[in-house]
Amino acid sequence: MLKDITLGQYYPGDSIIHRLDPRVKLLGTLVFLITLFVFGSPGAYVLASIALGVVISVSTVPFRYMVKGLRAIFLLMVITALFNLFLTPGTILFSFWRFRITEEGLRMAIHMIFRLSYLILGSSIMTLTTTPNQLTDGLETGLGFLKKIHVPVHEVSMMMSIALRFIPILMDETSKIMRAQEARGANFSEGGIIRRAKALVPLLVPLFISAFRRANDLAMAMEARGYHGGEGRTRMKPLSYHRKDMVAFAVMALYVLCQIGMKILKL
Amino acid sequence: MGIRIEHLSYIYNEGTTFSKTALSDINLTIADGEFIGVIGHTGSGKSTLVQHLNGLNIPTSGKIYVDGKDIHKEKESLRSLKSKVGLVFQYPEHQLFESDVLKDVMFGPRNQGLSDSEAMMRAREALRLVGLDESVEKKSPFDLSGGQKRRAAIAGILAMEPSVLVLDEPTAGLDPKGRDEILDLTAELHEKKGISVILVSHSMEDVANYVSRIIVMDEGKILYDDTPEKVFVHVKELEAVGLAAPEMVYVMKALREEGFDVDYSADTVDLARREILGALAGKNRKC
Repeated sequence: MLKDITLGQYYPGDSIIHRLDPRVKLLGTLVFLITLFVFGSPGAYVLASIALGVVISVSTVPFRYMVKGLRAIFLLMVITALFNLFLTPGTILFSFWRFRITEEGLRMAIHMIFRLSYLILGSSIMTLTTTPNQLTDGLETGLGFLKKIHVPVHEVSMMMSIALRFIPILMDETSKIMRAQEARGANFSEGGIIRRAKALVPLLVPLFISAFRRANDLAMAMEARGYHGGEGRTRMKPLSYHRKDMVAFAVMALYVLCQIGMKILKL
Repeated sequence: MGIRIEHLSYIYNEGTTFSKTALSDINLTIADGEFIGVIGHTGSGKSTLVQHLNGLNIPTSGKIYVDGKDIHKEKESLRSLKSKVGLVFQYPEHQLFESDVLKDVMFGPRNQGLSDSEAMMRAREALRLVGLDESVEKKSPFDLSGGQKRRAAIAGILAMEPSVLVLDEPTAGLDPKGRDEILDLTAELHEKKGISVILVSHSMEDVANYVSRIIVMDEGKILYDDTPEKVFVHVKELEAVGLAAPEMVYVMKALREEGFDVDYSADTVDLARREILGALAGKNRKC
């Protein structure tokens, strides 16, 4: 189950998408997500599908791997779709007992499934092709203007990069602890909901303790090296835009223009 | 209770770009009451191998028989297997979680379906076996010293009364005294309880004095599987895979090259002393 979470995981590769400036990818993802909400027509989704398909195939990340990320939100998708299917008023397609399925509801349900899965796919393509470090670097520089209004951009991005860095470590730790407890006969996958919740105690206690210990060690190591926040801090790899980034911006603009054009032409 | 492994292979993350062969075509038989050292440097597959013994890892291919039964054939046998083959992991921090030591050690027996009073009896017995007395029982496991934690972790497995005890790097992170104590303890358990003990380690020095059979692993394969004396003859080959023979073997080898008639299978200080004294006596006689 833990292995299924692909959001926030990096898939090593050397495609053009991998090499883009993280700021471009952040903005691109944001633009893509906004268009999903602003343009909801079938035509807009066809265009979004094409854009997503092209980016995924260029990125060399196997599609199978991306879809794994969808499994985590499968339940959410099903619930959303069912609610929309049964609770949207409109022209009734067919009804049984107390349930009515309307044409609008059906359309809405399909719409929601697509929107949700595209949201996940769109954001996972960014996290899969960008290392967590690049990502937070991109966020920090991209949002640098917020410093003027006293938003602690550096601190937040440092926290983010530490949090992201610790995800694989803690996952690894979790699986080790699970094994150690399974060796003592613990059972994490059987029994009712209460038994399962109880079974988590032997897992969570060692996990929390190790997380605290690691946090402590890390704080000490950072202080020992004179870390004192973002003031006057320089970078080993300063971000800079290249030609491919400009091309990416152009592609992005073209995509948005197409979406707007379709909206005007009512396609 | 014998363990038999046939053509065991294990691949991590099969079918992805991260796939890695951890074990390839392992064949192994472990008889009752053996004291075995599994040695290899980091990433040689030794931990992966022992995690197959109690069914934590499911082989990519190959078969494992415990007591002559294929452990992956029925679900039920897999559960009882955890009681037969006790596996103590490298870091006690990974398993200690209860509010006091006694309760923590009772976790295993309770999972086996024993009543509280029975579990407590087993836990007390196990704690005494590993040399932790009553004063420790009510302490929080997190207040113990490194060596004590490890003892408590071992007790947690022993309380399940396994017939095979597997210890993965039991000495990692301990000082020399703590290390010797833990190793002496395992030898004692092997003798007293008559159970098979499998020690996983990257240090020949640790293991040589205790075990009667050494399995050397390298890159997911078994390189040597023999008595310590016979394994240590291959000093060059061991060095090539990032291991070393115990210090004494080197001393003996050097002496032999100097023309002394010593046997370099003498791997402990005691044996070496006897060999050297013997050789000197022999030399004196010749003069």
